[in-house]
Amino acid sequence: MKESVRKPIIAIGPFHPLQEEMEFFQLTVDGETVTDINVRISYNHRGIEKISESLQFDQIPYLVSRICGICSASHPLAYIQAVEEIAGIEVPDRARYVRTIINELERIHSHLLWVGLGGHFIGYDTVFMWAWKYREPVLDLLEKITGNRNNYGNVRVGGCREDIPDELKPEILKELDIIEKKTEMLTKAILDDPVLHARLKGVGILSKEDAINYAVTGPTARGSGVDIDVRHDDPYAAYGDLDWKVITQTEGDVFAKAVVRLLETFESINMVRQALEKLPDGPIAVEVKEIPPGEGCGHAEAPRGETFHYVRSDGGNRPVRHKVRAPSYVNVPSFRASCIGQKIADVTLTLAAVDPCYSCTERLAVVDGHNNVIHDYDALLKLSREKTARISKELGYPGLKMEDLEIG
Amino acid sequence: MSWKINFLKKSPWVFHVNTGACNNCDIEIVNLLTPKFDVERFGIKLVGSPRHADALLVTGVVTAQAAPRLQEVYRQTSKPCVVFVMGACACGTGIFSTGYHVVGPVDKVIREVDPNAIIAYVPGCPPKPEAMISGVVKALSAI
Amino acid sequence: MNREELENKLSEIKGKLISIEQTTDNRIYLLCESENSYAVNKFLFEDVRCRFVIASGIDAEDCFEVLYHYAYDKLGLIITLKAFIRDRENPAIESIAPFLPAAEWIEREIHDILGIDIKNHPNLERLILADDWPEGVYPLRKEVKK
Repeated sequence: MKESVRKPIIAIGPFHPLQEEMEFFQLTVDGETVTDINVRISYNHRGIEKISESLQFDQIPYLVSRICGICSASHPLAYIQAVEEIAGIEVPDRARYVRTIINELERIHSHLLWVGLGGHFIGYDTVFMWAWKYREPVLDLLEKITGNRNNYGNVRVGGCREDIPDELKPEILKELDIIEKKTEMLTKAILDDPVLHARLKGVGILSKEDAINYAVTGPTARGSGVDIDVRHDDPYAAYGDLDWKVITQTEGDVFAKAVVRLLETFESINMVRQALEKLPDGPIAVEVKEIPPGEGCGHAEAPRGETFHYVRSDGGNRPVRHKVRAPSYVNVPSFRASCIGQKIADVTLTLAAVDPCYSCTERLAVVDGHNNVIHDYDALLKLSREKTARISKELGYPGLKMEDLEIG
Repeated sequence: MSWKINFLKKSPWVFHVNTGACNNCDIEIVNLLTPKFDVERFGIKLVGSPRHADALLVTGVVTAQAAPRLQEVYRQTSKPCVVFVMGACACGTGIFSTGYHVVGPVDKVIREVDPNAIIAYVPGCPPKPEAMISGVVKALSAI
Repeated sequence: MNREELENKLSEIKGKLISIEQTTDNRIYLLCESENSYAVNKFLFEDVRCRFVIASGIDAEDCFEVLYHYAYDKLGLIITLKAFIRDRENPAIESIAPFLPAAEWIEREIHDILGIDIKNHPNLERLILADDWPEGVYPLRKEVKK
């Protein structure tokens, strides 16, 4: 009698404390090594594209800003650019700069959020506390400018809804100086830490070829040497007027992706400074009466990668079709390529390195459990942290110098 | 910030459930753990399983796929428990109310399982962390 | 490739297209019948070496359309292949996932929400609709209200 081979399956999902969205990955393993992945997503699907067809063009920014809380500046901007393309609208210069400032401030706090989560996954909770503490002032600035810590509601078809008052400029610059110093400290601590090098290098590698076949974008692509960035390739807002560089690394591992995000944070800080300095006078919006028939494509570089919106109009008040593509929709599937062959202890980190914004993809995965051996998320997190502790011990190194990152 | 927390028999251990949210509420919930807000000083702790929880923090509109799972989590949570409904989506589905995949809001789905569930609402899009803490404290003081 | 070279390259596939149109400087649309979509997609991805962005399925009332959006990043272009599916009773199109893994999910999604059959897709399981969502109800079809 042939005994059926039961392959252990590890489920990550559907609810875990630090993976905020519900997503369900079924991993098949052979011993400690991942051999296959199945992803089932549906939890977060709210049917936004259909809702869009029942809203008017100027109502839709409020909807799409809530696709994903942490890309809440890039979705409305990409959508609005698609509509502005249909109508041939040219946005005033001041509005282009305000859009840039808001989007770069969002990138800064999003990347810091990621650093914090990454730290948590590997057991560096001081990093988590620290990174999330230092993103707070950015949220406060955004609240002062737009009225909300997230879901800024700042862009509209034809320009921006709110201006950045001149009185705020010195405060923004002062906060940027502080954030820059703190990020420098954090970056140095991370780049100098041999435990982190051992823990993150060579882990979760996405090859350049896979990066192209899975059409990934953002730091996930740039960490694998794919030199793409919408702000540079198809400049929008004021990016074409500013002096900055696209950050790439070649190794494609978690370490490379972390480096890309950290260095991008510095570029963002510089871009905000330049934009504030060059902020032109003038109106922040033009009046838009109607959207003629036509179709438009708008894209923006969200912190996670390219956000793409396609809009088709028939001359009425509402879109005939509105297609939304968030960066995670192409980045998360690449997890298959970067995860197969990895050890279980590295799985959570590899997934985190993609910086998935599941709600962007309108997905949640729920799968009825196939119970062979199920490690819940807590167990996976524990495995990840134990690996860090082991490496730390082997190197005889106490780890990140916590006293360098004073929390006070 | 200083609140007097009276009448709390035990600091609540909370389990966080996202039933289809944009993540803003969820990030603000995680923010509660960070130094600026630091709910752990009140003894409020995020736990990894509903069985250890006294309270649920629920976000999201409740999508068709999430509904049965939310109900299952509620059943597994030790009783008595309080369901904190965080954010406009969870309180009343917000701007997603016409979505074909939306079956919420949260109270409707939970009451299918337990008509007498204790539910507290914290509106906002997202509610600020201060509002969440205030909501939790008020609700617990009232119980 | 520079812009002129790219345009020459695109005209190599003219035989499979209905037309090539441009709405703005950097937005190009290639129109084709769905029978030719596989060949043109393969050409855009492998020969022209564009980056796949996403596909938009549309219920265009007298037909279905699948728009395959590509980016040619070096020139900041978005090149969209618009494939027309004329048969509304049994809409179908050939999968491009065999040579383009990035298209796997979106083809499944288009199948879920529009009911277009994706032929030879490696794994056409339900992707975004709930397990108990009724068969045969395609939410993004125009006749489906809430």
